[in-house]
Amino acid sequence: MPDEHLAERFYRSIYRIRRVEEEIARIYPTDKIKSPVHLSIGQEYISVGVCEALNPDDVVFGTYRGHAMYLAKGGDLRSMIAELYGKKTGCTRGKGGSMHLICKENGVMGTSAIVGSTIPISVGYAFGQKYKNSDVVTVSFFGDGAVDEGAFHESMNFAALKKLPIIFICENNFYAIHSHHLTRHHSDNICERVRSYGIPAERIVESDIFSIYEFAKSHSENIRKKEIGPVFLECLTYRWREHVGPNEDFDLGYRSRQEANYWIENDSIRKLKGLLTQNVSNLIELAIEKEIEDAFRFAEESPFPDGKEVYEDLFKE
Amino acid sequence: MFVERILTYPEAIREALEQEMERDNTVIVLGLGVDDPKRILGTTMGLLEKYGPQRIFDTPLAEDGMTGIAIGAALAGLRPVHIHIRMDFLLLAMNQIVNMAAKMCHMYAGALHVPLVIRAIIGKSWGQGAQHSQSIYPLFMNIPGLKIVAPSTPYDAKGCLIEGIRDNNPVIIVEHRMLYYQKGYVPENPYTVPSGKARVFSQGDDVTLVGISQMAIECLRAQQYLKEVGINAEVIDPLSLSPLDIETINASVMKTGNLIIVDNAWITCGAGAEIIARLIEGGRKNINIQRMGFASVPCPTSPPLESEFYPDARKIAITALKMLNPKKKNWEPKTTLPIEEIEFKGPF
Repeated sequence: MPDEHLAERFYRSIYRIRRVEEEIARIYPTDKIKSPVHLSIGQEYISVGVCEALNPDDVVFGTYRGHAMYLAKGGDLRSMIAELYGKKTGCTRGKGGSMHLICKENGVMGTSAIVGSTIPISVGYAFGQKYKNSDVVTVSFFGDGAVDEGAFHESMNFAALKKLPIIFICENNFYAIHSHHLTRHHSDNICERVRSYGIPAERIVESDIFSIYEFAKSHSENIRKKEIGPVFLECLTYRWREHVGPNEDFDLGYRSRQEANYWIENDSIRKLKGLLTQNVSNLIELAIEKEIEDAFRFAEESPFPDGKEVYEDLFKE
Repeated sequence: MFVERILTYPEAIREALEQEMERDNTVIVLGLGVDDPKRILGTTMGLLEKYGPQRIFDTPLAEDGMTGIAIGAALAGLRPVHIHIRMDFLLLAMNQIVNMAAKMCHMYAGALHVPLVIRAIIGKSWGQGAQHSQSIYPLFMNIPGLKIVAPSTPYDAKGCLIEGIRDNNPVIIVEHRMLYYQKGYVPENPYTVPSGKARVFSQGDDVTLVGISQMAIECLRAQQYLKEVGINAEVIDPLSLSPLDIETINASVMKTGNLIIVDNAWITCGAGAEIIARLIEGGRKNINIQRMGFASVPCPTSPPLESEFYPDARKIAITALKMLNPKKKNWEPKTTLPIEEIEFKGPF
């Protein structure tokens, strides 16, 4: 029987991310958002399941499809929307946009637009934690496309070699832009390949946030007890919208709506809502709608940065 | 009697690493072969024994991944020194150096910074050839967010490395293999050589010779040869390639009106092009300019091909005489100084 309190936390976080991204998609055609957006709609439950299991000072690294991870780990919503608008009040003051979100104070390290590029960096960060004998857990999020990159394999090898305190989360949504993973991989065997490096790997095939949470919870506790090295979780999932942009893309013909329907019917939001009383979900939704309205208003009303600010922050003193 | 403390170039580097590891236990050293019997031409000698495998360790042959790992360690508060026995290997790490290390501070508006030193050694001679001799610093000079230094003396090798380790940003230190023969004054106490400042190695009124990395030493040899024909050359080592100290070069060229830039790299789109463009944009007119460096072909292995490929003191001296006195033809310097005999001894 799922924990009702957990379900409420999950629902609050997932509903918030979903509604933020739906609002981004709604606003997008106005061109007020000055940034390419890679929406995580449909995949949010993975970030939420993992991040709800972490401590505030644990650290996550992720990708350009990073809105969900940023918000789930506690990234500030106003700063995120303002960043998408290119405003001075954005989390990188108009220098990073949607693909380079950061909220260091809540453990969201910068997201990156180059596939696979934050994987070795997260491994190095975990190396630093082990070196300092710190209890911080490092989590590295990436997609199935990153598995193609050399840096992925170099990172797995080193993380295993040095028994580093890191959790790898692979969101396998089957497609790297429009390329199906079986056109890129010899077989459907990501976990098998990871195990060959000496890293325990599991796969979750359903959109089951409770299993993801349990995985992250137990392994982060083990890491804090200094009991294990790296672990790997592959979550099969599905991107509902196009690779980049606010729309659906079933008209392109590389995948079918029928394929998507399985995932849409198993939407985590609906499943979680079913575990809550009407009253609880209503209160959550009401509060979030207000927060989103406030964040977009904040972004709208914020000033743009001065052009000369482009010269700032090239180096740290 | 005061006796100057003389160290070789690799001894100076080793001393810098040891002193910084001693001072700050967040300094770590990694790279292929850093703990092997040869210890990166001696520059990591004794460090494993003193600081242990946590702080100095060999890596898998994974330049891109290991650069990312060094960046991540830097984000976690460490100060990694990542060593590459050949600069050519940096081409395997371009994504992490260019897309990540160079970008992070600016792209995240100062929320992150990357205190990372990359030591890269340039090979030359004995058939190093196309893939073991490349001086690819011009590629990095094109990238904002990186600091690049190319020390040519033991003094600067130590001071630049300590400065780089203490810098909060990515610093690439270019070390030419032939400079490892250099000996010179190196103070025992730790000191830093700030980036962004060129060195004037010798004063002269007739021509400015700007020599990058090992070519600074070739320029010093050329300066000696040119005395035969009464030419006083001013020799400048830019030392810091990014940022470049144009003011020092400009001041010299205002005096001499003649400029030869000798690069240890391909001429096309190189440091020479950048220096000359900035001088002209800055208002320098009516000056004679000549770039020397590598023609647009890969580096060969056979000695005659190699001696055609590389500038040297003789070629520099002949080029300078031709610039100053075009009528004087067929001059060859009488003296030839073996490379080991030129040691720059200061002042600093």
